[in-house]
Amino acid sequence: MKLKKMLAAVALTMLGALAVNTAAKAQDDPGPAAYQQALKGKRVVMVPMAMGFDLAQGWAAYLKREVEAWGGSFDTRDPNWDNAAGAQAITDLISSDPKPDVLVVHSPDLNSYSKLLKKAQKDGIYVVLVDNPMNYPADAFVGSDWDRLGQLEAEAVVKGCGDNSSKKIGLVQGDAANASSIYQYNGIMKVLVKHPDFQVVAKPFSNWDPTTSRTVTATMLQQNPDICGIVDFWDGDATGATAAIKDAKLDGKVFLVTTGGGETVDCKALQDGTFGAVVMTELQHQSRDMNAVIKFLLQSGQPAGTSKTYIYTLEKATTKADLKPDTCWDVKALQAGQF
Amino acid sequence: MKDLFSIRNMSQERIVFALAVLLFVVAGTTLRGFLDANNLVAIVRSVSVLGILAVGMALVIIGRGIDLSAVAIMAMSVAWYLQMLDRGTPDSLALPLALAGVLAIGCLNGFMIAYADVPAIFATLASGAFVYGFVRSQLIAQDATPVPPDHWIDQLGRFHLVAIPVEVFFFSGVAFLAFLFLRFAKWGRYVYLMGDNFLAARNMGIPVRPMIVLRYVISALIAASAGVLTASSLHSINVRVVNSNLLYDIILVVVIGGVGLSGGRGGMRNVIVGALLIGIMQNAMTILDISNIYQNLIKSTILLIAIVVDSLLNPRDEQTAQQGDI
Repeated sequence: MKLKKMLAAVALTMLGALAVNTAAKAQDDPGPAAYQQALKGKRVVMVPMAMGFDLAQGWAAYLKREVEAWGGSFDTRDPNWDNAAGAQAITDLISSDPKPDVLVVHSPDLNSYSKLLKKAQKDGIYVVLVDNPMNYPADAFVGSDWDRLGQLEAEAVVKGCGDNSSKKIGLVQGDAANASSIYQYNGIMKVLVKHPDFQVVAKPFSNWDPTTSRTVTATMLQQNPDICGIVDFWDGDATGATAAIKDAKLDGKVFLVTTGGGETVDCKALQDGTFGAVVMTELQHQSRDMNAVIKFLLQSGQPAGTSKTYIYTLEKATTKADLKPDTCWDVKALQAGQF
Repeated sequence: MKDLFSIRNMSQERIVFALAVLLFVVAGTTLRGFLDANNLVAIVRSVSVLGILAVGMALVIIGRGIDLSAVAIMAMSVAWYLQMLDRGTPDSLALPLALAGVLAIGCLNGFMIAYADVPAIFATLASGAFVYGFVRSQLIAQDATPVPPDHWIDQLGRFHLVAIPVEVFFFSGVAFLAFLFLRFAKWGRYVYLMGDNFLAARNMGIPVRPMIVLRYVISALIAASAGVLTASSLHSINVRVVNSNLLYDIILVVVIGGVGLSGGRGGMRNVIVGALLIGIMQNAMTILDISNIYQNLIKSTILLIAIVVDSLLNPRDEQTAQQGDI
């Protein structure tokens, strides 16, 4: 009797163990294995317009950290603002061995790279466009909705000027070929249509160069000393507009709105009042979006060039009142590995 | 005197000067605010960095050469200097180091051209690319390097004398010094002699090789001073300027003013006239809100006309044909 009981107990225990074991097997998560298999050893290469400015260095720092964490390899090419060098870099990458699996491209204008990128997709390379859109369907676009960004700038400058001002606004545009400049302008104009009492008195181009920005802003202020607000299309050249405003002794009287990567220089300028408002790119979120879409594409099974996704970063005009200790990021800290 | 205004006597400088005056009158009468004293100061100010660089370029071109490394030296020397300060190097070490770098590149240009007989256009093209590449990749971290607050460069930018900003004095000062050098210094006269006929200059015993080195060293120093001025007005220096049209604008100012590219002709007056024409044009085009594509088109058309006029007024003679161009 005792023996029977014992045998039964042993049998039951064994059965139980077996059941638990199979249940555990059935519940084993297939995700990590699939994730690892799809991503391991994948090569991601970023070709920005140049590596010498805050946004590109920020993206690269984040992507390198993320990509290497999931077992891929990440590197960058530096065309240094030269479109031909950028095209050459992409051509070399397409024919390199091993081929990159994903190209992250920061395009200088709407069209230059279209043919090359189509060829890349034909060779099975996913193309992710960042920051600057193109007239070409990439697998994904991650960046600002420049039209919306322009609207935010215009709303900020209208608010910054106020109702009792001259309601005269000046624009310092980038150039006539870059999508970010063209769409930004369109967005600004959309808002100003709703505020018919505000008028744009001048809209010169800076060619993204601070010296030119300074010269054209000086002329603009000379012609219209009662300007209440200026929108400069990039914080990289807005230092020029700032200098011109100071030269004209109009600091504090002209509300300067610009857009940029949200590096510490932006916060400093907001703090000391040289910038009235900055529409900042939330670098960390934008980089995370890039990483997510890269991981999605690599696992999707979708051949390169057959889908298109637009992922716009949430933007917001930041003023001195909105500043918090963590509003800006520090490129030096990022490069030193402090995230 | 009677044929002062006849076509034969119309030197390019006079044509350009007349053109500048004409533009000035037209802009002054049609554009609101153009003649305002502040706008006139702004015009001179906007071309002062360009003008200073053009002074250096003119010194080299008059002596029958060209310095395509000027913009690279201007931006990179100051960027390196500011980067050293940013990293905590004391000014007493950073400034001499940066100056030594500028002198070294000037000497390198001069030696390559004078002693190794490399054509100036290739020697300086290569050294400019080298300076840019080396400094950008090895010595500085980003395109834009800020001036430390309250540094002397920062204070320089705030300096005004009776509402006239420092740039205007700087440009006039450099142009005046160059004028004195070319007109009254023995070595300055040599620049013309060498530019006009190099072989004859050598045969008469002018130390032509050290003279060439000297010219490129002066050019490099002037370029660096233009960089300091740029940094002082923008509170930072952005090395992207090396990829811009600035170098062509410098040559445009020099050639448009009437300094012959084949050497031996022209002076500081030509540079000032050329710079003023460009300044008036840019200012008027900005007031008129002409987009920069058209601005470039207009500028390049004027350069083309200037070159054609130059070759019509100063036809190639036996001597220039033998020496070839730069």
